This record gives sequence, C-alpha cells and structure tokens, in this order.
Amino acid sequence: MEFFLQLLINGLSIGLLYGLSALGFVMIFKASSVLNFAHGQLLAIGAFFFLVLVSWLKIPVVLAFLVTLAGSFVLGFVVERIFLRPLIGESLIFVIMLTVGLSSMFKGLLLFFFGGNLQTYPDFLPLGLALQMGTIYVPPVYVASSLMGGAFLLLFGLFFKYSPQGIFMRSVADNQTAAMSLGVHVKKVFALSWAIAAMVAGMSGIVLGIINGVNVHEISSIGLKVFPVVILGGLDSIGGAIIGGIIIGLLETFTSGYISPSLRDVIPYIVLVVILLIKPYGLFGLVEIERV
Amino acid sequence: MAGRQAELEVKGLSLSFGGIQAVKDVSLSVRTGELVAVIGPNGAGKTSLLNCITGFYKATSGDIIFNGKSIVNMHTHRLTSLGIGRTFQNIELFPGMTVLQNMLLARHTRSGYSFGLACLYAPAVKREEVRHHEILEEIIDFLEMQSIRKELVGSLPYGLRKRVELGRALASEPSLLVLDEPFAGMTLEEKEDMVRFLLELHDGWGQTMILVEHDMSIVMSISQRVIVLNFGEKLAEGMPDEIQDHPEVIKAYLGDTMDLGLGSAGGS
Repeated sequence: MEFFLQLLINGLSIGLLYGLSALGFVMIFKASSVLNFAHGQLLAIGAFFFLVLVSWLKIPVVLAFLVTLAGSFVLGFVVERIFLRPLIGESLIFVIMLTVGLSSMFKGLLLFFFGGNLQTYPDFLPLGLALQMGTIYVPPVYVASSLMGGAFLLLFGLFFKYSPQGIFMRSVADNQTAAMSLGVHVKKVFALSWAIAAMVAGMSGIVLGIINGVNVHEISSIGLKVFPVVILGGLDSIGGAIIGGIIIGLLETFTSGYISPSLRDVIPYIVLVVILLIKPYGLFGLVEIERV
Repeated sequence: MAGRQAELEVKGLSLSFGGIQAVKDVSLSVRTGELVAVIGPNGAGKTSLLNCITGFYKATSGDIIFNGKSIVNMHTHRLTSLGIGRTFQNIELFPGMTVLQNMLLARHTRSGYSFGLACLYAPAVKREEVRHHEILEEIIDFLEMQSIRKELVGSLPYGLRKRVELGRALASEPSLLVLDEPFAGMTLEEKEDMVRFLLELHDGWGQTMILVEHDMSIVMSISQRVIVLNFGEKLAEGMPDEIQDHPEVIKAYLGDTMDLGLGSAGGS
C-alpha cells in the first residue's frame, strides 16, 4: 500500500509536469493549427538559460527564474516574428517542416555551446518543502513543481476565460476569418501564443532540469513525450493536456514500479496508438460539428 | 445607433492575383444612410471589391477613403474600430460557441479593460458588460433571435446562421455594414425575413450598407443605387430601374441577343 501511494504521488507530480510541458504545445496548436516539433528544444533552452544565470553568473534563484521566464517570452516572440510570420498564408505542412528545422537548429546550437554532458543546478530548494507522511516521502522538487504547475494552470484558465487577449486567442483558434472581421489582430495573437508557449516551456524546462539534470538530449526527448500527452487529452484542450499529462505520468510510474522500469518509456506510445484507434479526437478534444 | 457618418469613396481601385486582374480601375462612392448594391455575373470581382474595402485583400493600386481617411493599407482590426463591419458569403461563425457568445466577441474587440480589472470584476468592467448586454439584447430582439440565443451556432440551420452572422456584424455597431450575398442559399421565407430586417435597418436605424447579391428581384426592390461590375470593371451605375433597362447590363447577363438568337437557331 505504501509502495502504491509513493508511486501515485510520484506519478502525479511527474504527470503535472508533463501537462505543463504540453501546455505551450497546445497553445500554439490552438491558435494557429501548427504542430510545433521544436517544443522540446524550447524546454531545453529555458533549462540552459537558467543554468547560465544560476551556475555561471551566480544570480539569485528567484531573480534568475523570472529573467528566464521573460527571456523565453521574448524568444518565442522573436521566433514567431523571424521564422513563422513570413509563412502566414502558406500551406501548414511548410510551417510544420519549418518547426522540424528549428528543432534541429536549436539542438545543434545548444550542443555547440554547452556540449552533450549532463550538468546540474546547485541545490537551492529548501529541504523544508519536502513532505513526510508516515513512510511516504515527497522530495522538495516535486512539491515545488506541483505548486508551480497548479498556480500556472489557474492563471492560464483565468487568462483564457476572462482576459480579452485570451478570448481573442480562442476566437482565432475557432475561426480565423470571423475573428479578423470582428477586429481581432490575428498576427498579434500568433505572436502572443508563441511567446506564452515559449515562456511555459522555459519554466517546465527549469523544473525538468532540477529533477533530471540538464542535458540537451534528455530534455529534448521529453518534448517528444508531449505527443502522447496531447493526443490522449485532445490536441486543442488545455484541460485535456493536464489530464493527459497526469495519466501518462501515472502510467509511467506504475509500469516501472510494478512491471519493469525498462517498459517505462514505451508505455506512453502504446497508449498513444490505442487512443488513436478508439478515440481519435482525444479524451477532451473538440469533435467538429458540421451541419450542411 | 442610427445615422452615424459613413462616407465611402473608392478611387481607381485595382486588384490582381498574379496575372489575373480581379478588379480593374473601379471607382464608386457610398453616402451616409444609403443602401447600395453591387451586382454582376460570376467572377465579376464583386467579392474581391468587398474584400478590399474590408481589408481582407490589399489593393494593387488605387485608394479607398472612409470618412476622410485613406484606409487602403489598413489592417482589418483597425477597420473594425473605424466602424466597418461585414458578413461573409459562406458564413464565418464560431460554431462551438452560442449565439450570444458569438455576438459578445464583437463587443469585446471594442472594450478597453485590462486582464487585471477583468479578474477583479471591477465596477468599471461591470458597467461596460451591462452596456454590452443591453446593446446585444436590442439586436437579438430586432432580429427575432430570443429563442436561439443560448443555442450552439453549429447546430442551427443555415438560414438562422446567416441571421446570427448579421447580428454579430451589427453588434460591433458598424457605421458601414458590408454584406456579401446575404440572401445566398436561403428559402423564400428566409429571404423575406432578411429583406424585412435590412429594410428596417435602412429605414429605421439609418444604417449605411453596401451589399453584393445575385437575386435580382431583391436587389431591384431594396437598393437605392445599383453598381454593375463585369470582368472586374464597372459597367454601369444608377437607380434600379435605370439598370434594369441598361443595354450593356442586359448584354453582360444574357450575352449578345443576336448571338443568342443565332446560337439557338443553330442548335435546333
């Protein structure tokens, strides 16, 4: 029973982190129908940016965290402006191929500057954050990531539901032409969705870096795990991304705990295939209703 | 919301896509309170012209002046705030939202409050929301949509969706309303309703409108002025009865009567 609870808690924390990583991916897909294959690299860039600030420049952690968020936001904005805006109006496949190119480019640049070795952040999370319930121990990093994940989800929920920019983003996702005719600035919405996506990705990258250490290949591969998560939850559903993330996280920890750790990385993709077979729009995805 | 100034002046407008000239040197004007119709055979450039006026296409040359301002290179989002609203030939709505939500979005692009204030639901925000809802209720009453206001737009029949789209265009309180084939694909009854709404908008609210339409009997009965396009060029302009008897217009629609006679003689 204790073993079960320990796995449950680990799975939930990892799952929330997967959900958070997937959030930025869903946001770009919602606004512009683009599958961003460079998402894993956005995570990695956030993680390395934070590494530079904390380990090399010795900037206080909280400040470094905020600077990383701001930097990632700007990065997303710039990437959209330079690479994606010229392709507005082109066929989607070109845009998706561009993101594949971006992912290779970013990965190459990161390897060039930081090499392929595993690097770690200095220990900065206070041990007091750890939770000890009986024999179940939750390490501080899981507590911190869960708290941060929860806070950001709440913030995004409010942003999409109530803020004008959030509502405009939803309207562009639903029908771009109609949104344009009502005076929504579509290019601004695209730029904003990339900026926010990169920001969330940067944040998730930091948390991943705290848990697993910072390594280009490692973090980029988490970017691929975004696919089973979002396809399970529904490509265009923010809530779905979170629940999809949690389900994948739980599946992974239970598989490695009860069956075999070597199956851990395979199980998400098995789920992906099954979901595509039985529920192609995902658990919470929008099934297009059309009446002619 | 009646009688807002809407003076539109299109001067020598041309638009080409690669080698195809969709619009060639077209000039026209719309005065405040007018209902102007643009007609022409298929491919005459009517929708292209409307898309230039509403900023969806950028004209290759020429100028468009709206209330004294050149708008030819403006983005759509600026045009909406200047007071140009539109509907589309193939209905563009948000199918996953209700009728009321579709219309509310048109109000949102006009509201100025920030995210922070919206989260706190500050008094200023509340006042603004109340005003939005008052205006929307007026439009919903006017278009007789009380019973469908909470329905998902995607589940409504075609004719009603056309009406919702008109309502949404009105919700942004446009001074110039641009309608692209508002009667296309409707049943006779739906057309009659739409005619009633447009006439009431024109006579009662003083709404300035420019519309593209294929149904000649409707165009001739509701519009004050008719502009005829053919192969991208302006062929004629005038009162409906002048246009009906215009030899060039008859030729454009029916072809040369001589040819027609010969063609049918040869066929039989």
